[in-house]
Formats: sequence, structure tokens, C-alpha cells
Amino acid sequence: MAWIEVSDLRKVYQRDQQQIPVLDGLSLKIEEGEFVALMGPSGSGKTTLLNLIGGIDSPTSGDISVAGTNIARLSGAELARWRSNTIGYIFQLYNLMPVLTALQNVELPLLLHKMNGAERRKRATFALELVGLGDRLGHYPRQLSGGQEQRVAIARALVSDPKVLLADEPTGDLDRKSGEEVLQLLERLNTEFKKTIVMVTHDPHAAESADRMVHLDKGVLSA
Amino acid sequence: MLQLVLINLFRNPLRSALTLGSVLVALFLYSSLGAVLDSLQATADSGSRERLATRHAIALTNFLPYDYKDRILSIPGVKRVCTQVWFGGLIGGQRQRITQFAVDDDFWPMYTKDLQIVEWSEPQVAMSVPPDHDPHLAAYHAERTACIVGRGVMKKKGWKLGQTIHLQGTRYRGGWDMTIRGVYVKLPGGSWNEDLILFHNEYLVEKGMGGKPSTGVFKVELSDPSQSAAIATQIDAMFENSDNATKTESEQAFGAGFISMFGNVPFALRVIGLAVVFTILVISANTMVMAVRERTSEIAVLKTLGFTDGAVFGMVVAEAAILTTGGGIAGALLAKFGLQGKPLAFIPAMTITWATVLTAILIAIGLGMVSGFIPAWQASRLRIVDALRRVD
Ligand SMILES: Nc1ncnc2c1ncn2[C@@H]1O[C@H](COP(=O)(O)OP(=O)(O)OP(=O)(O)O)[C@@H](O)[C@H]1O
Ligand SMILES: [Mg+2]
Repeated sequence: MAWIEVSDLRKVYQRDQQQIPVLDGLSLKIEEGEFVALMGPSGSGKTTLLNLIGGIDSPTSGDISVAGTNIARLSGAELARWRSNTIGYIFQLYNLMPVLTALQNVELPLLLHKMNGAERRKRATFALELVGLGDRLGHYPRQLSGGQEQRVAIARALVSDPKVLLADEPTGDLDRKSGEEVLQLLERLNTEFKKTIVMVTHDPHAAESADRMVHLDKGVLSA
Repeated sequence: MLQLVLINLFRNPLRSALTLGSVLVALFLYSSLGAVLDSLQATADSGSRERLATRHAIALTNFLPYDYKDRILSIPGVKRVCTQVWFGGLIGGQRQRITQFAVDDDFWPMYTKDLQIVEWSEPQVAMSVPPDHDPHLAAYHAERTACIVGRGVMKKKGWKLGQTIHLQGTRYRGGWDMTIRGVYVKLPGGSWNEDLILFHNEYLVEKGMGGKPSTGVFKVELSDPSQSAAIATQIDAMFENSDNATKTESEQAFGAGFISMFGNVPFALRVIGLAVVFTILVISANTMVMAVRERTSEIAVLKTLGFTDGAVFGMVVAEAAILTTGGGIAGALLAKFGLQGKPLAFIPAMTITWATVLTAILIAIGLGMVSGFIPAWQASRLRIVDALRRVD
């Protein structure tokens, strides 16, 4: 069985009386340690697929197995627990807590793990150093550039050492240079730390960082 | 996680402060209303169930002949009878919150468990006091114009033991000089507060009643308190057909009867208190709903990170509870320490029981829980995908 295995996945959104089919019998396999770029036109269902793999949305039908767990069968609380152990999520708009410092933002996921404050701080500091922000621990998001904010978000995603990193257009809101830094960072996490990464992107250049590209069009994969 | 809750509380300090402030004011008000009730209750409770009070059947202000005392004493089971007359004098030309009673000698042994003489003058000549009297009352007994004063009055007026004070009579004409020969304190659980001046009934009878004694109330001590109902009936039966029929009830009921003069005031106060609490409930619920709405996407992120719906629920409720509990504790304690012992309208000294303070604080906590419940429920039900889409 592949590390991430999606089979016959169907997702239909219900809006008022209208049924909006987004994913239509989609199947996909991603191996451990792969870096996959997910591309496709706007509205093709990329975010939807990523959310389903990350267990923050549930499929209408079909199975999703990630790292040996069939998450389509988990309850809400089980899923939350599974996410905190397995998934690191990176958003296009960083989504840091504005009232927390960089360090506190990165410590946040660790609150869900049994460890004391000192240990938490040590790990969060290490994660921030890894993304090159060891000198920005006490900064608030508004005191950081977009690229730096996104790197804090990456530190937050990897601090609890998840098996899979999911990134939804992580460079979509960044200038070329900051975007480049973020991509290099993701590549490094993939090669050096063996993280399995699925990244949604519109940018063909960004997609080149990945080992493999997957195209999504109208809810189905195209080669 | 508590830290996160606290940080969230401070993200909009003005709004938090306003909410906290309104809860504070509301619970201060609530506690103050409770204090009025407590004070009324304290007056009502300041009598024993084991003693009886006999007064004129028609009105509290009508007098009874003094010789009723011996006739009541003749009833089996009655141990002691004393008299008590409200004097109502002015001190320094003003009506003060200091009550004066003329009492006969039997008053003192009846209330040894209620009052204790803590300062006293030594008598000029060696005097023997009656066997069941406090020996410290010797100087008082030796002097017709002596008085015993509560410590509260002594402090308030700055009086000294041995000082002669001057009272201006109202219902009893003339000027009345009395010398302070003792100071009493209220014993725990005792009747009476420390705001009294007690003096000899003989002095009042001689100077104010033209030598013809009569009294407002007889206090009756029983050898067997369980007989109180039967004896009360017996006393009233004894005088039923006289010119001055009596009404006898327990000393406590006598106090409560005094309270009943205020009619529905206690009920009205409770309704006002509840209205205030309800208003604050709406205000703080509104604050929390706004606070949570602003944070929709942040809550979605927390959930993405693996915070469960329950954890999110708890955080929102905790935030609301801290806000209202903080305000509640501050308001209730402010009332306790700000009002305790202070005079208010017809109440000489406000009493705020810890039970009232505790109730106010519990109400504040409950307020937080209830006002936090709706936004907490919304936050916990929030679906990550919907919440995150809204931002894009
Ligand atoms: N929660 C939802 N409720 C209703 N419809 C939804 C919901 N989420 C997504 N959709 C619809 O599903 C389709 C796919 O959306 P999705 O966000 O997955 O696209 P996408 O490929 O990520 O697009 P983009 O490149 O613009 O981000 C869209 O038509 C969208 O309107
Ligand atoms: Mg998208």
C-alpha cells in the first residue's frame, strides 16, 4: 500500500438545493518521501483534495489512507488527534495568530502533545532556526515580511514532526525571491528530513521543485 | 492553553475592560441589594426563638402597665421577665443612628450570652451586685443616671468611659444627662448590635413618666424553651379581657414583624437584582459572540492543527468565565468591604454576609458559562473548510 492512497474519491458539495460535484471518482497514490505538485485550473478541486488528504474535510464516498490509517472512517475527535500527529498544514495566507509571537505560534501545535514548557520552547526554537528565523523568535506576525511569515508557518507545520506536509499555494502570495526561499525550504525538508510533501500551486516554476506533477481538471486527474 | 485564553482576552483590552466593568458594576449592585436584604434579615434574626416578646395587642407604640411583669412571672415555666422602652433621644441635637433603651435590672442577666461588658468603671463604694449579674455592672447599679454603651457608639462618638453624655428627650421632655459606666460588645450569635445606649428604667420612670411605670415590651425568658408557644398563648389569655390586651410572639418573630413593615421591598429588590444580572448576561454574551466571530479563521487554524471541538469550546467558555468572574469577584468584594458597617437609609449598619458575596461570585461564574456557551458552541461547530474559505 502506498504512503498516501486515495481511491475512488467522490466529493459533492451541497449548496442550497444544488449539488456541486467537485471530485468525481478520483484515485491517486503517493509514495513515502515523495514531493508532489498538484496543479490545475482554478475551481478544479485542488484545495478540496488537499483538505480531504489532510483530514479537515470528509469525502462523500471513497477511501483515503494516509500512513496506514484509513481516515475516512475516523470520528471528529480521532481525526483531530490524527492530524496533530500526522499532518503539517501550510496555508497560502500563512494564517498565523496575530496576537502570538513567532515562537508562540510555533509552540501552538505542541500544546497538544505531552511535554513541559522548556521542551516545547526548545523544539519550537529549533524549528524556527531550521527555517532561518532563529533571530525572530519574539517578533509578532505584523513585524515580519510575508516570506518570513510563511517560514514561521512552515516551522509551525513541521514542529511536531509530522509525516506529511500539505501546502496550499504556499508561494501564491509571495514575491519571487521570498517564494524561492520557501520552495528551497520545502525541497530541503523533503530531501534532508524525508518529509512527504503535497503542494498545490499554479506556478509551473514552483512545480519544478517537486519530484512529480499531478494535474487536476474538473475533478479528475489528467496525466 | 490557558495562556492562549489570557492572550485572547487582552487582544481587545478596551472591549474586555468594558465588559469586565459592566459585570463589576452589576454584581456590585447585586451585592448591595443583597446587603439590604441581609441587613433586614440580620435585624429579623437578632432575636432568639427561645425568648418571647410581649407587646400591646394594638400597636407597638402603645404601652403596657409595668405590673404585668409580676403577673407574667407567675406563669409556670417563665424564668425571667425584663422591660425595654425605646427612648428616642437626640444626641448633640441630632437624630443619630444610635438607639437608646431604658431597661430594668432583669435585662442584664437575660442577655449575658448576647452582650459582654468589656470596659467598666469601679464603684465609688463597695457594692454587691445581684448574684446572677455581671460583677462589672457594680458601678452602673450604684448610680441612677449611669448608662452602658455599645463599643460601636463609643468609637463613632469618640466617647470615654466615665464621661457624662447629654441626650435631648423627644417623647420624654427635657435634657437627660447620663454617665458612661460600662462598654459592651456583641457576643458571637448574640442579639443586639453595638449601636445602643442602655440605661436605668428607674431614671426614665422617675423623670419621664411622672413615677408611673409602663413599658413598651416585656421580654420573657423561659425555663423550657420548647414550651414557648403554649406560654405565649397563656400570657395573651391572661390579659385578653383587660384594657391593655397583649400580643406575645417569639423575640425573633417580633423582629421579623418589624421587617414586615417594609412589605414587598425585599421581593422588589430580588427582581431588580435578577433584571440586572440578565442584562449583563446579554452584554457579555454579545461581547463573546463578537470576539469569536472575529476569530473565525483563527479557530479554523487551531482545529487544523488538531485542537478538538471540545478544546475550542472550553477555551471560549473559559475566556467568558474569566471575564465575568473577574468582574464578579471585584464587584462583590467592593460591596463587601465598601458597604459593610456603613449606614444606608433606614439601616444603621449594613451587613453583607459572605453567603451573599459568594452567591454574587457564583452568579458571575454562571454568567460567564452561559454567555460563553452560545459563541463556544458556534466555535466548536465551525467547519474548518467553510471558515477558511471565507477568508479567501
Ligand atoms: N465548502 C464548499 N461549499 C460549496 N462549494 C465549495 C466548497 N468548497 C469548494 N467548493 C466548490 O468546489 C469547487 C472546487 O473548489 P476548490 O477550492 O477545491 O478549487 P481549487 O482548485 O482549489 O481552486 P483555486 O485554484 O481557485 O484555489 C469550486 O467550484 C468551489 O466553488
Ligand atoms: Mg484552492
